[in-house]
Amino acid sequence: MNGQVPVVEMTNISISFPGVKALDEVSFRMFPGEVHSLLGENGAGKSTLIKALTGVYQIDSGPTDSGEILLAGSRVSFAGPAQAQNAGISTVYQEVNLLGNLSVAENIMLGREPRRFGGIDWRATRRRALELLGGLHLDIDPGSLLGSHSLAVQQLVAIARAIDVHAKVLILDEPTSSLDADEVAELFRVIRELKAEGVAILFVSHFLDQVYEISDRLTVLRNGKLVGEYRTDEILRLDLVQKMIGKELAILDALERRIVEPGGGEGDEVPLLAARALGRKGSIAPVDLRVYTGEVVGLAGLLGSGRTELARILSGIDRPDSGELVIDGTPHRFRTPRSALARGVAYSSENRRAEGIVEDLTVRDNIVLALQADRGWFHPISRKRRDELAVSYIQALNIRPANPDAIVRNLSGGNQQKVLLARWLAVAPRLLILDEPTRGIDVGAKAEIQKLVVNLAENGMSVLFISAELEEVLRLSSRIAIMRDRRLVADIVNDDLTVDSLLAIIADGELTAVAR
Amino acid sequence: MSIDTSSAPVAGRRLFGRVSSAFTSPKYGPVLVTLVLLIAVFAIGGSRYRGFVSGPVILNLFVDNAYLIVLAVGMTFVILTGGIDLSVGAVLALSTMIAASLLQSGWSASVVIPLILVLTSVLGLLVGLMIHVFKIQPFIATLAAMFLARGLCYVISKDSISITDPVFVSLAQTRISLGGRMSITASVVIALLVVLVAFLVLHYSRLGRTVYAIGGGEQSGMLMGLPVARTKVLVYVISGFCSGLAGVLFTFYTLSGYSLTAVGTELDAIAAVVIGGTLLTGGYGFVLGSVLGVLVLGTIQTIITFEGTLSSWWTRIFIGGLLLVFIVLQKVLTARRR
Repeated sequence: MNGQVPVVEMTNISISFPGVKALDEVSFRMFPGEVHSLLGENGAGKSTLIKALTGVYQIDSGPTDSGEILLAGSRVSFAGPAQAQNAGISTVYQEVNLLGNLSVAENIMLGREPRRFGGIDWRATRRRALELLGGLHLDIDPGSLLGSHSLAVQQLVAIARAIDVHAKVLILDEPTSSLDADEVAELFRVIRELKAEGVAILFVSHFLDQVYEISDRLTVLRNGKLVGEYRTDEILRLDLVQKMIGKELAILDALERRIVEPGGGEGDEVPLLAARALGRKGSIAPVDLRVYTGEVVGLAGLLGSGRTELARILSGIDRPDSGELVIDGTPHRFRTPRSALARGVAYSSENRRAEGIVEDLTVRDNIVLALQADRGWFHPISRKRRDELAVSYIQALNIRPANPDAIVRNLSGGNQQKVLLARWLAVAPRLLILDEPTRGIDVGAKAEIQKLVVNLAENGMSVLFISAELEEVLRLSSRIAIMRDRRLVADIVNDDLTVDSLLAIIADGELTAVAR
Repeated sequence: MSIDTSSAPVAGRRLFGRVSSAFTSPKYGPVLVTLVLLIAVFAIGGSRYRGFVSGPVILNLFVDNAYLIVLAVGMTFVILTGGIDLSVGAVLALSTMIAASLLQSGWSASVVIPLILVLTSVLGLLVGLMIHVFKIQPFIATLAAMFLARGLCYVISKDSISITDPVFVSLAQTRISLGGRMSITASVVIALLVVLVAFLVLHYSRLGRTVYAIGGGEQSGMLMGLPVARTKVLVYVISGFCSGLAGVLFTFYTLSGYSLTAVGTELDAIAAVVIGGTLLTGGYGFVLGSVLGVLVLGTIQTIITFEGTLSSWWTRIFIGGLLLVFIVLQKVLTARRR
């Protein structure tokens, strides 16, 4: 493949959003007639890279953004998705980005309908749509409303649309997440046909099996940086997972492995929280999990393995449809996060900006928010008490700037995370579920948060610690539960586990040598 | 949706299936319900009053509501994108004032009418740009335009100005005979032309399909490479133009300009569009549905006029009730399909 001109060459792309460096000097290239996988955990920068390529983000718009994109050797700069499409880059986005209120035919042809007498020629439009659907072996009425079809069909319609653009580059962002096995096979057949026609296909999926099945080469991103480009047949699955998840280096070693002895588990002590065959259709398979008082349980697994889904069920956001949740030996049914909080279960979301902090409020208001909600709005916390709370948490968690009146939007990611933690600590939960509390924050803040988790457990709080970073899960947890493909595949006491043994379980899903 | 059985009543059942599927579709359902409603209202009127279901009554429905049809057409474009235009009533009043005062000072009708259409289109353009460039809620932006237009009416004159310009008066009063006692005005012809053009634009042009696309999902439309920004601005220009034209037709109807005229008409237009089956959240609806909506409102008004003893405010009460029913109906139909 070398010697050929890449159809896409992106060099040193940097894109920043306020407070986040989404892409940092990332380079990426694709050759005609190859399937190229783009891999990385959530927040690694995959979507940003794709949006830079498809013209949704303009690289030259921000002062800190830089880099250049070459298309078949010549420099391009797209002002919008329409321009990128005209240049032959078409995209099927992760969420089906079609219009449920219009017909299937229109969704395929919108913006380039054949015209006759100055108006849209609906017959020709339908005929063309029918041809394209036929190419995908999709037997549906092109006149039917798109919204009346299943997500899988909608996904295939999106692909039919993308194919019709006579694409040189076809980007498929998680195209298989809503497809069943047969549909995936069908999709792969189409991909191979397109590949044979010389189309370069960018494939994004968190199903590693599919990545290995379909792609020729792959590029790994982590935390907005390029890890490397590899030939799929030359990289072992284990190495790949390691490259996606990454290893924290020496800086964190200062914090030695300090696992709190679990308060129970050996004897017949009643667990603080026990899930018995707790599951939710279309979300996670039934899970058995126990958390004892004062222990840190790590929850590991790749993106999309069901970690967050489990946390959402445990904390009353989503309702389970099978099994039961037992708190202190009595079954409970959480209807809302509020009822979970009343039982002492608090959830700190992985989605810090959207589901965590309120960006436009001050540090003080963010910290007291959950406590105030817990007390009810008719029992306001006095100004004095709010100040005390804010100041004490700012000191305890070392929040910078140490100013209760600072607007949270302007804090760094790590400090925003600390504010969020402070909010949950203020309500003194018995079980704190932390979902990716250290993602996307700098190493110093990361170490502080890890230290805090240990301290909390020593003081009797239970923590369910969700993270894609295995080092920190190993460092903090007394027990590690591992999820893969939306089921809990292992629940192991953390005494002689290593990153490699965890990786083996995550990659292959079976307890092998490390079983216990 | 379709049931396949190989016995005799297949055809009947399939027909029933198709009919019931059309009625419960978020696309056609509300419009079909409106059509049934219009027929029902007419039947009620016909059973109570002699001569209710007659050519002149039906034609008068169009004559009396020509301006509202035009307003509703413009409003349909806006609501299809998921927006709203509260300024149409005030812009209509402003048009009547501009027409009356300019004609009074001796301008020719052939200059005044195009001028009004240009001015109201420009006002629509400004509103559209405000919404697009500054990301202002359509509700707020058009509310501001409403106050601006209404205020300008008073700047022109506080009193009613009557129109005596001979060309204008003859345009207004010419009746086109359809044989017998039946005749229509030029306004009706213009209104129906507007409906025809709007129908063609919405269904046979990319602009029209982009309007639907924006209502279905602005983000998706943008990612599909459609000219979302341009279209979003353009629907307010169309609504502005329609308001101006409706103002001219209204002036034909009243032959005067008055600052306080058409207060609340924007709400009639919105009501007609919603009753006509256009979803307030955008994406579903037909311009012909909006015409049906106007006719339903007009028929209710006619019944109340025929009744004689009822206060005209009963029209509003009926419209209010109908609106409520239709909004709930839309919710149910769209919720079922999600």
